[in-house]
Amino acid sequence: MRLQYASTVRIVEMPCTGTIDHRVLLQTFENGADGVFVAGCMEGDCHFLKGNIRAKKRVNQVKNILEEIGFGADRLDFFNLSAAQGQRFAEIVTEMTERIRELGPSPLNKKEGETA
Amino acid sequence: MIIAQQKPIQDIASMIDDCNKVLLVGCAGCVTVCLAGGEKETDILAASLRIKRKLENKPLETVTCVATRQCDPEYVETLDSYVKDVDAVISLACGVGVQYLAERFTDKWVVPALNTKFIGGSVTHGEWEERCGLCGDCVLHRTGGICPIIRCSKSILNGPCGGSQYGKCEISKDVECAWHLIYERMKALGKLDKLMEYQPPKDWSKSRDGGPRKAIREDVMIG
Amino acid sequence: MKTESKLEKILASGEFAVTAEIGPPKHASGDGMKHHAEMLKDHVDAANITDCQTAIVRISSIAGGVHIKEKGIEPIVQMTCRDRNRIAMQADLLGAYSLGMRNLLCLSGDHQKFGNHPTSKNVYDVDSMQLIHLVRRMRDEKKFFSGEEIKENEPRFFVGAVANPFADPFEFRVDRLEKKVEAGAEFIQTQCIFDMERFERFMEMVRQRGIHERVYILAGITPMKSWRAAKYIGNNVSGMIVPDEMVERLKNAEDPKREGIEIAIEQIKYIKENVKGIAGFHVMAIAWEEVVPEIVERCGLYPRPKVD
Repeated sequence: MRLQYASTVRIVEMPCTGTIDHRVLLQTFENGADGVFVAGCMEGDCHFLKGNIRAKKRVNQVKNILEEIGFGADRLDFFNLSAAQGQRFAEIVTEMTERIRELGPSPLNKKEGETA
Repeated sequence: MIIAQQKPIQDIASMIDDCNKVLLVGCAGCVTVCLAGGEKETDILAASLRIKRKLENKPLETVTCVATRQCDPEYVETLDSYVKDVDAVISLACGVGVQYLAERFTDKWVVPALNTKFIGGSVTHGEWEERCGLCGDCVLHRTGGICPIIRCSKSILNGPCGGSQYGKCEISKDVECAWHLIYERMKALGKLDKLMEYQPPKDWSKSRDGGPRKAIREDVMIG
Repeated sequence: MKTESKLEKILASGEFAVTAEIGPPKHASGDGMKHHAEMLKDHVDAANITDCQTAIVRISSIAGGVHIKEKGIEPIVQMTCRDRNRIAMQADLLGAYSLGMRNLLCLSGDHQKFGNHPTSKNVYDVDSMQLIHLVRRMRDEKKFFSGEEIKENEPRFFVGAVANPFADPFEFRVDRLEKKVEAGAEFIQTQCIFDMERFERFMEMVRQRGIHERVYILAGITPMKSWRAAKYIGNNVSGMIVPDEMVERLKNAEDPKREGIEIAIEQIKYIKENVKGIAGFHVMAIAWEEVVPEIVERCGLYPRPKVD
């Protein structure tokens, strides 16, 4: 659809969000990502039946962990949308980018000597 | 199997507060099945601790591995090479595994990442339930296969007590009254008369009350 | 008589017995209990002293028994299985008997989760059925729980137990009562009755099996102070049933406390007249001991018979 959305987004395609492991999400943040969002299909439309439901639960679990370790749960989120919803995708990207911009760079990216 | 649950990350972190490099050892036994201390949980815990410590400006180096089981000396020995220059060992096994590691690596600070809760089985994926009271003198043949020691909150042998209502235990609507279950089971088996037989007091010396227990198979010990 | 218990004598005489409950205080003075004892002594044959009921720490039942005995009421010591192992139980039984206690009520005891020390370890070394059996054995066979002989001065308690017609499974409740009688229970106090219909069905089954002829059954009655108290008990106390009609009646009453007393009197009169197999009444007016005399009098149960 050639809609505009922030160029600061790196898209990682998976056959199903159900394949996303907790570890991958943690690794992404440990490697310096400022924000991560997981976009799964609409509930009921998952080709693998419940992959997106598992993904949502896993994302919430990782959010809990991030909150528990002092990183904060806001930089990670899960959305449902269908592959046909280009407009919605752009909206989500904009929303997430704004949110991350407000939160600032990941506390793990601060230079040595700065406080988190 | 033994069911354990991970302690809050904060608690584990404070155990290794003054360490710079730690080894996290998972266990491929019970804790893998109850999703508390397997390979995945070990990696997640390691990453969580690293991120937490990085945020605190006290970076932590982690090494991870998984033992086949931590409750067997011959499997614990295989971990020797991993502990070489770590400040602490975090065991994600049940209390038994933690102790075996501590016993072998006497010069290392060994800490438990899990709370060992009970022995039980799966109800469904993600839910486990306590089933056995470890009394050392099984009475399941008297109660239609339902353990009165652990499933009855009062370990009654001549139940139910007066707090059993609508099939639930007085302590919570979420806990089934074991004696209600026993009654229904024995009724279905046509063996209600067995429940009229007086059961004398239990010999608790065969359970943990008698002190730490051992089990021996002399015929297989070849020295 | 098998024991020196006054309660046993009254029950054996065929008269309706009346017992009440005195709740010990959450502190170390026996004055309040003594005061209640004085209030009740001419209106009851004996009084239970509860044993850390709902697992809340209070003066122990045996100590309470000593206090009220001083004021002229015969105590019924209650012993739960929750807090003592068999060693402590027997020590307490020997001690209690040596202090003049003659009646013992054996019960499982509310789980410690309900009380003010929910993190404590519970004991439940023996259950109430075993306690009944073994206390009888102390008297009849002069044996400690272990089987060892009690060489002299064995405790000779009149042994009681509880029955709860309002717990489940309903059919099994009569079986369990029978089992307790087989184990040696000599008197029974039931859980407080609000659902009269269910109680009557229970007693029908009891009579069918002749249990009422082998054990003295005292019907438990509790006067309710308010519709809220009634509703709370029905919803929150395991093993208790309170019909909606009762809650409504209290709600619509001008003076609920008065209504509560009237209901209790009606219940006792009804049972006296219509429910065969009942040997007496156990009036549990917790924190409201002062209404017991009126209830006893208005039910035609006063004065209490004298026994030597």
